Amino acid sequence: MRRVAGALISLLLIAGCAGPGRGEVTVLAAASLAEAFADLGASFSFAGSQQLVAQVEAGAPVDVVATADTESMARLVRAGLVDEPAEFARNRLAIAVEPGNPRRIAALADLDRDGLRVVLADPSVPAGRYARDVLDRAGVRVRPVSLELDVKAVARKVAAGEADAAVVYATDVRPPARVEIPDPANVIASYPVAVVRSTANRAGAQAFVDRLLGPPGRRALAERGFLLP
Amino acid sequence: MRRVTVLAAVAGAVMVLPLLGLLQRAPWSTMATELTSPGARDALRLSVVCSLGALTVALVFGVPLAWILARATFPGRSVLRALVILPMVLPPVVGGVGLLSVFGRRGLLGAHIGSWPGFPLPFTTGGVILAQAFVAMPFLVIATEAGLRQLDRRYEEAAATLGARPWHRFRTVTLPLVGPSLAAGAALCWARALGEFGATVTFAGSLPGRTRTLPTAIYADLQVRPEGAIALSILLLAVALAVLVALRGRWLGVS
Repeated sequence: MRRVAGALISLLLIAGCAGPGRGEVTVLAAASLAEAFADLGASFSFAGSQQLVAQVEAGAPVDVVATADTESMARLVRAGLVDEPAEFARNRLAIAVEPGNPRRIAALADLDRDGLRVVLADPSVPAGRYARDVLDRAGVRVRPVSLELDVKAVARKVAAGEADAAVVYATDVRPPARVEIPDPANVIASYPVAVVRSTANRAGAQAFVDRLLGPPGRRALAERGFLLP
Repeated sequence: MRRVTVLAAVAGAVMVLPLLGLLQRAPWSTMATELTSPGARDALRLSVVCSLGALTVALVFGVPLAWILARATFPGRSVLRALVILPMVLPPVVGGVGLLSVFGRRGLLGAHIGSWPGFPLPFTTGGVILAQAFVAMPFLVIATEAGLRQLDRRYEEAAATLGARPWHRFRTVTLPLVGPSLAAGAALCWARALGEFGATVTFAGSLPGRTRTLPTAIYADLQVRPEGAIALSILLLAVALAVLVALRGRWLGVS
């Protein structure tokens, strides 16, 4: 009995040590940032921005949050859960197609074709909301086969060949599989970052934000095709 | 002894507290409105159709499989049984990826049968049923197989000596005898299918009215319409409890 309890306690201790220790920074970030953030020296959790908001609201022990839209961040600001946010990147939408563009998709207007399997993000996700705005403004009525719950899942459906086209961020697809949406029809997604008020590591959190807004962050973001404010 | 009690209490709390939390957050006053909203109704209808579809698939194909596992002797039977149980312990999302690699547009089979009616399966209600059947069928197979093994075969032998042909024998003797096991397996299979999320969302996607079942709707709504998501969660919790109560003789240790 004592041995079982001892084993349990040591297990808990190990688990505790494996969590974010002193000096380590935990960042909640929008799914579209996964590649750009990889080398920025923190531990990351990527998800749809609407989920990041819910996680911070639920009191997740994190230090920094970076969303793919100002709306999600505004909700956290209103709730007094984060410090003043700063914009660190911008993004545009693009059409993801299969390599070589076998269905010859040239513009948003092609997405309402019969028999074309189009995937979008759910309107609860920033990418889905932006996509809906862009399609509405272009007057294109798309009947998507799926409304995915984060933008990476959307891009994956096309990459895996299950869907013919999708509307994603320009940074989610590389040129041979990317059809650009011209500026007048496009939107600019703005990415804000903020320190979470309840952070136990304010210095580390601030250092991460500074790094993101400074040369290392700008370089990583530009490399992945983000626009810089 | 006291330590055992404490540890047991921790285990109990871990399992029961989340359910209490759910009940405490439930929007009781607007529950009816939440459950009859168009989104909830779509997901509810789809979940009923798909889980019953998955149960049908499991009955049609799973009972013969249980029969083979219980009665036939052939090399590799224990390997086959292990493979049948695998989906019970496999992370569902892995099952979804596996289904894509077979039935997806570029999949092993999907690449050839993609032009058949109803195919390709991803993004279709049929795809949801297949994903649920994959994850839930083992519950039916294992319970039925156990029932068949415990069955006293002398009844069947007696029926045979009285001239009953195999199918007649199965219908009038075997089936009534394994009935309780089969029913328990079917109930668990259906409940598992109803709750399926990972394989479904990976393989079939998430479109309201077509592939967005209750668990996916809960996940999608949790951030934007938490009251709706929690109302649906309570509904699934109630269904799960109802299944357990229906099976109380078997699983709650009532003897």
